[in-house]
Amino acid sequence: MQNKRTIFGNRVLPYWLLLPQLAITFIFFLWPAAQAVRQSFLREDPFGLKTSFVWFQNYERLFADPLYLNSLKVTAVFALGVAALSLVTALVLALAVERTVRTSRAYTTLLVWPYAVAPAVVGIMWWFLFNPTIGILPYVLSMVGYRWNHVVSHTDAMILVIIAASWKQISYNFLFFLAGLSAIPHSLIEAAAIDGAGPAKRFFTIVFPMLSPTTFFLLVVNIVYAMFDTFGVIHATTEGGPAQATNILVYKVFEDGFIGLNLGSSAAQSVVLMIIVIALTVIQFRWIERRVQY
Amino acid sequence: MVENRPFLNLLSHLVLIVGVVIVAFPVYVAIIASTRGPNDFMSGIIPLLPGPHTLENYREVLFAGVSTSGAPPIGPMMLNSLVMALTIAIGKIAISLLSAFAIVYFRFPFRQLAFWAIFITLMLPVEVRIVPTFKVVADLHLLDSYAGLSIPLIASATATFLFRQFFLTVPDELAEAARVDGAGPMKFFRDILLPLSRTNIAALFVILFIYGWNQYLWPLMITTKPEYYTIVMAIKRMADVADAIPRWNVVMATVVLAMLPPVLVVVLMQRLFVKGLIESEK
Repeated sequence: MQNKRTIFGNRVLPYWLLLPQLAITFIFFLWPAAQAVRQSFLREDPFGLKTSFVWFQNYERLFADPLYLNSLKVTAVFALGVAALSLVTALVLALAVERTVRTSRAYTTLLVWPYAVAPAVVGIMWWFLFNPTIGILPYVLSMVGYRWNHVVSHTDAMILVIIAASWKQISYNFLFFLAGLSAIPHSLIEAAAIDGAGPAKRFFTIVFPMLSPTTFFLLVVNIVYAMFDTFGVIHATTEGGPAQATNILVYKVFEDGFIGLNLGSSAAQSVVLMIIVIALTVIQFRWIERRVQY
Repeated sequence: MVENRPFLNLLSHLVLIVGVVIVAFPVYVAIIASTRGPNDFMSGIIPLLPGPHTLENYREVLFAGVSTSGAPPIGPMMLNSLVMALTIAIGKIAISLLSAFAIVYFRFPFRQLAFWAIFITLMLPVEVRIVPTFKVVADLHLLDSYAGLSIPLIASATATFLFRQFFLTVPDELAEAARVDGAGPMKFFRDILLPLSRTNIAALFVILFIYGWNQYLWPLMITTKPEYYTIVMAIKRMADVADAIPRWNVVMATVVLAMLPPVLVVVLMQRLFVKGLIESEK
């Protein structure tokens, strides 16, 4: 850890300064997390009278449960879909803004505000647009012969939540791509242009490789976003349906723990999720350490 | 831009205009829907031009509440959202400033441990520990209270790191000078460090205000009394009427009201917002 040369000699004061942060961290983060780990090794009988220690049984059941395996698959499809759609759209928009000189600020303003819209609100808006009876998009789709119905069709429901979740994330990716693009030395691009490389060639041989650290960072951030911050999108629209088709992991934890009251399984699911977040955070931080080289 | 290529410039503008339209379209439709009467959503497709019912729709959701779905008025909920967002933003900034100050300017046993304990919160979002956290809050009798809505969310690793990073760039001479002049640590913190951190505080505030306003799962779990509902969590309740068609005009009026404050904050403070977003990821 980096250190300061000049420090204050007070012995008790730093503990007082840290107290509020550490108290909240302990009471509302560490303690519940520890409880989840503990609970994941226990099983209560149906009447809540007796609790017994069952080792890894909750986990074994979890990974033998077709519903949970389905949820893992659904989460993977959803997260990759959101990451791909929002990254590609944001990159195209950022490249376009880079080319416009005088109007770039205005475009940026018009593109960044969706960041501020709550996931649940985003969900309701797209739910409305895609409403099978009165929605405008199903109407347009019916003209090309597609009968949209996310209440029945698994694919339609998945597409709906992916679009809604990506819509919100475009602004974030766009800003980071823009920052990444402006960090590429202009002299490189100019040198390539003088050597006769056209815009497409310059993009694939210089710009995109130089952006790869940004892209990788955003990929991780987007996967984390899709896995953990989209509860509102799912809850406000499909509620995991139809028939589990959009039941992502965080929604399933909520459903099993709060509505199904299956504490052991819900706790085991929490622990699995924690392991996933920890893995993703480690990847993200290792990348930050290396990023300096560019 | 290196060389002049009129076709590519035109294409860029075209792509951007399409992008802006796609991004704005859902909100446009929501705003239009909030100006229409209830009968416009019975059949056909969603109207695309404004109607004459703007004032009455907004008056109904803000002050009267939607009787058909038993939803209370939105006005007080917006106030709840505001209280929650401000408490979370200010709380996070305050406790993070203090802990970053302690970690950077003091040497004490367990300093590393404290640092790592704060770091771990980054890896434990509410969504993954819902049930046990709910239980803790229930045991502390914080359900249905402003304290319950905000305090469990105000620990912040991101804010602590941001301020730590910033404090490390503050020249050592300042602290030395303060010490030579006989200023204690708290005086140094108040009179030198805080004013220097002004821009960082403002940038972080923008991000955290949005974070607090947009909370969904947390208020959904810990509030049962309508007095403590927040606007974002109430929308779902309104749209979710059993066996009936939702009253889209009032639902969309609520949608517009729910996104207005955070969107305004981003648009009006765009520079701070971009700074906050990019810095807090470092």
